[in-house]
Amino acid sequence: MQVHKHDAIIIGAGGAGLMAALYASKGGADVAVVSKLYPTRSHTGTAQGGIGAALGNLDEDKPIYHTYDTVKGGDYLTDQAAAKILAENAVDAVIELEHMGLPFDRTSAKRISQRRFGGHTRNFGEELVRRACHAADRTGHMILQTLYQQCIKNEVSFFDEFQVVDMIVVDGVCAGVVAIELGSGEFHIFHGKASFFATGGWGRCWSVTSNAHSLTGDGAAIALRRGLPLEDMEFFQFHPTGIYRMGILITEGVRGEGGVLINSQGERFMERYAPSAKDLASRDVVSRAIYLETRAGRSIKDRGYVHLDVRPQTVNRYFAEEGRDRGDFIDAAAVERKLPDILDFCRTYLGVDPVKEPMPVQPTAHYAMGGIPTNVDAEVIIDAAGAIMPGAYAAGETACVSVHGANRLGTNSLVDLVVFGRRGGMKVAEYVKGADWKPLPANVGAEIHAEFDRIRGGSGSSRPGELRQLMQQTMMENVGVFRTEETLQQGIEDLAELRERFHKDLQIDDKSRVFNTDLMEAWELGCLIDLADVTARAALERKESRGAHSREDFKARDDENWMAHSLASMSGEMSDPHFELNFDLKVDLSLWEEEIAQGIPEDQQKFRPIERVY
Amino acid sequence: MDVTFKIRRQNPDIPGKEKPYWQEFVLRDVDPTDRILETLHRIKWEQDGTLSLRRSCAHGICGSDAMRINGVNRLACKILVRDLGERIQVEPILGMPVIKDLIVDMEPFFDHYRQVMPFFVNEDPLPADGRERLQTQADRELFDDTTKCILCACCTTSCPSFWANGHYVGPAAIVQAHRFIFDTRDQAGKERLDILSEPNGVWRCRTIFNCTPACPREIEVTKAIGEVKLAIRKGKTVGIIQPNVAH
Repeated sequence: MQVHKHDAIIIGAGGAGLMAALYASKGGADVAVVSKLYPTRSHTGTAQGGIGAALGNLDEDKPIYHTYDTVKGGDYLTDQAAAKILAENAVDAVIELEHMGLPFDRTSAKRISQRRFGGHTRNFGEELVRRACHAADRTGHMILQTLYQQCIKNEVSFFDEFQVVDMIVVDGVCAGVVAIELGSGEFHIFHGKASFFATGGWGRCWSVTSNAHSLTGDGAAIALRRGLPLEDMEFFQFHPTGIYRMGILITEGVRGEGGVLINSQGERFMERYAPSAKDLASRDVVSRAIYLETRAGRSIKDRGYVHLDVRPQTVNRYFAEEGRDRGDFIDAAAVERKLPDILDFCRTYLGVDPVKEPMPVQPTAHYAMGGIPTNVDAEVIIDAAGAIMPGAYAAGETACVSVHGANRLGTNSLVDLVVFGRRGGMKVAEYVKGADWKPLPANVGAEIHAEFDRIRGGSGSSRPGELRQLMQQTMMENVGVFRTEETLQQGIEDLAELRERFHKDLQIDDKSRVFNTDLMEAWELGCLIDLADVTARAALERKESRGAHSREDFKARDDENWMAHSLASMSGEMSDPHFELNFDLKVDLSLWEEEIAQGIPEDQQKFRPIERVY
Repeated sequence: MDVTFKIRRQNPDIPGKEKPYWQEFVLRDVDPTDRILETLHRIKWEQDGTLSLRRSCAHGICGSDAMRINGVNRLACKILVRDLGERIQVEPILGMPVIKDLIVDMEPFFDHYRQVMPFFVNEDPLPADGRERLQTQADRELFDDTTKCILCACCTTSCPSFWANGHYVGPAAIVQAHRFIFDTRDQAGKERLDILSEPNGVWRCRTIFNCTPACPREIEVTKAIGEVKLAIRKGKTVGIIQPNVAH
């Protein structure tokens, strides 16, 4: 096997990976980025509406307000000190992106333009604030492009279309990763002092998802298989507005610009569920509302979807009812200018013109709040005491800091990846200066090589495509927006059967080496099954409802018993693994504790966990 | 509806399949609103796992699945069955070496991209207040159209000038350069114009217009190339695109 040696190996070339690569490289490290996709194909590019930062360019705003919204949005499972860092660093990170050339839209004062987004408020929930910095409705695309461009300028080394399939752990230290070069099918060893996982999420566990086909949770699954715990896996966000049946995301920015959700009665139903924030309540709240409307027989044509209406006459009617200034009113040209990609998706895939007709939407599996546990410098944590694995780093969706708690606010995914990608990159640069090279074990890569031989040799009768579809269906039905003990047990049972078929009855048609996507898709399916299993088991264990985790048999949030993160680990044979789960990692409530120490009366405390009302 | 697919195939790894050949597949119960990507996945997942293609986001943003479909360059995830009918022909994009089936070697394409300095350059000190550089929205809109490029290669591989001469940087690289040349904050416009005025730069463009309808992002590619040509001829970047006729 060919061996490559670099100070830092960055796995994944989305926003978090490229940010880490850029800052590690600026800090003097020799960096290699290893990605299964060409960097510009990464899923960061599909983020639409904006990146939150308290710049205050249009409304008065402060990082502490952003911190508050993030903690509240996370249903108080958010680690408070981490949320503060997120909100404070967001301001610098966004300014730096502009300095790198990112073409943000501008205000009349020539500054970065900002728009409203769900759950983002001024003065601790007083009113919605314009905080989401945007470049039309392709903010993620511009972030990805800008970071890739800067990496080219800084001559970062890229290994494009190399898929990382294992991590190398020597004496408790991460010494690199094993990858397959897709074009040749050959195994390569990447020997590094630091290995940085930025491999994104695993929305492909569910059948209706906004996620790319490539979002199969490779990094998180690799970590899990190497004995690392995963944190808060029961929390997976369903975004309320995916295109009906297809799951393609319709940005919250549509509602930020005044769009409203309407049921089959023509009613703006969010007024009942969230009297103040209405359609811009946090995503878990809105997704549940759509499901409840469906159950009550008020979905459109009784088919489980509702209408998202951004027609100017509708928007302006509600603006008028709310007493908004006429200057805020929109016309068709404004919709075209602010939401060009959304209009394009609807016209292409639905034949629906959102300027003239409402869009059919349903909740779509969107974002993993959980993942590889890290501290605020992207160092991977291996236990509830906060011990780290030297040489292992993670950031972005695959990591869990945890800033998103039980439910992520819109725009905070982009904030997360630039803030913690940047902090992690800086930390890596510092670490590799002092760290020694761990010698590679003699049989490096042998185990994963054998696993691939096993998959490639599959001559059973279960096609990966069929198993994937069954997994996605059971996850959607049993481990979706609403959960009960029965559904979760059913999900776990179904997954056990699929795991059995995956290991004993797999059928692989393609036996060749060059670009064997049949083989790679099968391996990715194995990753998804592991992550789906952990998700269902953590969800079964958490007997409360919090944020995106909604148990119909335990409807209330239970701070007394469940103010803790879950840590799940897996051991034993991959065909029949043993799972362990603990809730020993307590939520960081340090901002609230500071308020108590300062003698602030309870009714004036901002970070005390209280019931969320939008 | 039933749809017959005729797919151009090739696998350097399998004796007898090293050379390109056509293979037909029939799919039953195809929904007219299915994306071509979904139908290719059905073929791969239900009939023949060896069928190889690149794809990721499945909604026209990542740029992975550019193919020649019924003779026209498109993203497989952004064209529906109903727009093509009951016989659909799929082959790799032209002008690049084929690796396997619908997968081509993208390295020459990204080489051309890297040649045009596709990154922001501004050596001035950062604003003293620690904030963003200033730009008017009108100036921002001058280059809005070319910021949409997803590097899918639909334009470049539909260009007869590129087919005739693979050293021509091609429409996509020019679009990428345009995005910076007309950004009022950028300072390397002149260097990019110098690069593009060389023999394999913009003058290989014969204004054939294939690139514009090929673009899945609806960028006015030929117009952007024209603006770069005009900037080279006039030796300046300011005043080439009028704000009131910005894309």
